[in-house]
Amino acid sequence: MSSPLLEARDICKSFAGVRALKGVSLAVHPGEVLAVIGENGAGKSTLMKILAGVQAPDTGDLLVDGASRSIRSVQEALSLGIALIHQELNLAETLDVGANIFLGREPHRWGWIDAGRVSREARAVLGQVGLLVDPSTLVSTLTIGQQQLVEIAKALSIRARVLIMDEPTSSLSDHETQVLLRLIRELRAQGVGIIYISHRLGEVHGIADRVEVLRDGENAGHLSREEISHAAMVKLMVGRELSQFYPHKTHPSGEVALEVRELRTAAHPAHAVSFEIRAGEVVGMAGLVGAGRSELLQALFGVVPALAGTVRVAGVPVAAASPREAMAAGLALVPEDRKHDGLFLEMGVRENLSIATLHRDQRAGFLNRVKERELCGEMIPAMRIKTPSTEQPVQFLSGGNQQKVVIGKWLATRPRVFLLDEPTRGVDIGAKQEIYRLMEELAAKGVAVLFVSSDLEEILGMSDRVLVLHEGRLNGELSRSELSEEAVMRLATGGHHSTTLAAS
Amino acid sequence: MKKIFGILGLLIAVCLVTASLSDSFLSAYNVENVLRRSALFGILSIGVAFVIITGGIDLSLGSVVCLVGCALPWLLTVQHWPMPLALLTVAAVSLGIGLFHGLLVTKLRIQPFIVTLCGLLLYRGIARGFTADQTVGFGNEFKSLRLLATGKVPFLPGFDLPAPLLFLAVVAIVAAVFLNRTIFGRYLLALGRNPQAATYSGIPTQKMTILAYVVSSGLAGLGGVLFVLDVNSAQPVDFGSFYELYAIAAAVLGGCSLRGGEGSIVGVLVGAALMQVLRNMITLVTTRNNVEFAIIGAVILLGVVADELTRRVAANRRAAQALQGATAV
Repeated sequence: MSSPLLEARDICKSFAGVRALKGVSLAVHPGEVLAVIGENGAGKSTLMKILAGVQAPDTGDLLVDGASRSIRSVQEALSLGIALIHQELNLAETLDVGANIFLGREPHRWGWIDAGRVSREARAVLGQVGLLVDPSTLVSTLTIGQQQLVEIAKALSIRARVLIMDEPTSSLSDHETQVLLRLIRELRAQGVGIIYISHRLGEVHGIADRVEVLRDGENAGHLSREEISHAAMVKLMVGRELSQFYPHKTHPSGEVALEVRELRTAAHPAHAVSFEIRAGEVVGMAGLVGAGRSELLQALFGVVPALAGTVRVAGVPVAAASPREAMAAGLALVPEDRKHDGLFLEMGVRENLSIATLHRDQRAGFLNRVKERELCGEMIPAMRIKTPSTEQPVQFLSGGNQQKVVIGKWLATRPRVFLLDEPTRGVDIGAKQEIYRLMEELAAKGVAVLFVSSDLEEILGMSDRVLVLHEGRLNGELSRSELSEEAVMRLATGGHHSTTLAAS
Repeated sequence: MKKIFGILGLLIAVCLVTASLSDSFLSAYNVENVLRRSALFGILSIGVAFVIITGGIDLSLGSVVCLVGCALPWLLTVQHWPMPLALLTVAAVSLGIGLFHGLLVTKLRIQPFIVTLCGLLLYRGIARGFTADQTVGFGNEFKSLRLLATGKVPFLPGFDLPAPLLFLAVVAIVAAVFLNRTIFGRYLLALGRNPQAATYSGIPTQKMTILAYVVSSGLAGLGGVLFVLDVNSAQPVDFGSFYELYAIAAAVLGGCSLRGGEGSIVGVLVGAALMQVLRNMITLVTTRNNVEFAIIGAVILLGVVADELTRRVAANRRAAQALQGATAV
């Protein structure tokens, strides 16, 4: 085999005390697709940022064409032919496609941008990626999939030899995904080395020449083309069999705790959604990005107004025009984006834990400091929140501990219905398991749990029942016995439920 | 707390320097005078601190001081309204202005800077309108009412406390208790840190924000009344000019972050006092009053830069400690 285009040896990296990478190595050769997989928090994105010069490693070596290099900036990485396409797109939305492709290295004459050359060369690379838009189109008018292709065109225009793609398909439609995968195969045939990060194991199975698995910031193992199988990848990622990982038990379900009738949200006003959840049930809500799952939870919790429909909690109608009213009715929502919507980062653990119960525990408007201390004394050990003190600002906690603080804050309100939006996104494996354990305990206590997740294994592992949304519509429901990855994906992509089909 | 020590140190240093340069600085008359001015500006600064804590800004309070300061003598001496009615009217107007700002900021989501910048122009314009740019004052009347601002409370032999200091004490104690001991104070601080998370936590963010603007304009109104009672007359063209900037500077010096979520009442008081001592120093020590703004600007900038630097050092130390803790585990 030829020498690797790009190799990383023993890379270590820490952030504010959390060791994200503990000596990771990998190599990519010309004309191969190396898939890097691992759970959230395994260190994939950090490793990619180091390869692309966005961040510097604490220790470890990077080798390009077998020679040791220090890549200290994105510019250096680009000059070595290494381009990263971020998970979050990095385009200037208010500029046009051509300007984005040449951003920072505009061809110019006497200080004037050579618009003709921009247009000509942009057109050429856009043709290569199969995106037939004019270079003068504004990026903000393109779909996410098209924007992704602009990013790739940008990488091609610098003649990248190593292309790093961090979850490129996470927000693409099926068709766009197919276009992208075809493009990757073409690039591979041209000798480009591709590092491909994805959570979608089906895609990885289809395109990867080799798979490198990361777990908790370390190499967990690798698979050659012949060894790649779904089961083998999951086993390496999780480090144990699935059944041990998810503490799921079936609960005897009780009364209807949450009843949703004909609910319409602003995201998908054409479709009304109806379902109910019983006390003690854990219900997963699956669907692709944009299916309207988060919007549904937000409408239930009064964050965004519902356009129509009725919601009952334990039989009592709730007109949740604000989270405050939803809370009073016995609802709790752990939001998807905890830093943005869930936490006061500069405030301490105590203040974050008590914020939703200050109102309940008040003494004529005054803070009840005794109750606040009691709450910390109860939640921190119960949730196993690792923090040096109750006053530690939560921004210095790890993702998992931050998420536990958010969950603890809502546990304190003693809800009847617990809504969780992507509860384990960006948390490490240990914290993940504790969050699952908590969901189980809640259900065992008779709380109705509804969680949204894009992680299919989590959906399969934790749910008594699964609701699948497709473009705002409740496209089907699967009981535990009917659950399979294929069945969920079929419904999520707009297909029919086999039994509904038979019934109709 | 550390933050307050820094600014307190600066205040003491400025006092010492001024005392050594000028004999009259520590005279009973001057001390009383500085305390009176500090108290008046302290009231305004506490008001604007509430808005700054929510992450907003109130540029209008100098003009509210002008409007109220002109309206009160105008209603009493030109319109001959009964005193209670006139006082109630200016109170209602100032609280109403705060409500108006709060509603525009929360319901229409107009940026606080714009809302209160327009307020700055609007309220002074109204005052200049109904007074036809003429100076309004109490003349020799309303002596007893004026005692609210000019009166003295015996404190030590040969030294009395100016009356506005009592107003300030009440305002400051209520504000500090509200901010630190009530759930609403916690709501304000949380809302300033992260309005989105505050909404998700069931905090009535709009009501709290409106409240902050009402407090700010209400205290500006109280300040306006006391200012005009103190100086006896108001000239609508420049009465209260730049007071909003003195108040904002005092709040920021006292530890309020313009990003919101941070601030202590004690700090704001020290900040307000520092501003007045600086002004006093310039009057006493230099013969050129025209450098006042330059000196005040430079001192505030120094204070803020020093504060930012110490914060960075502290943050680095904290990160290093966290790293050690993690590797030890």
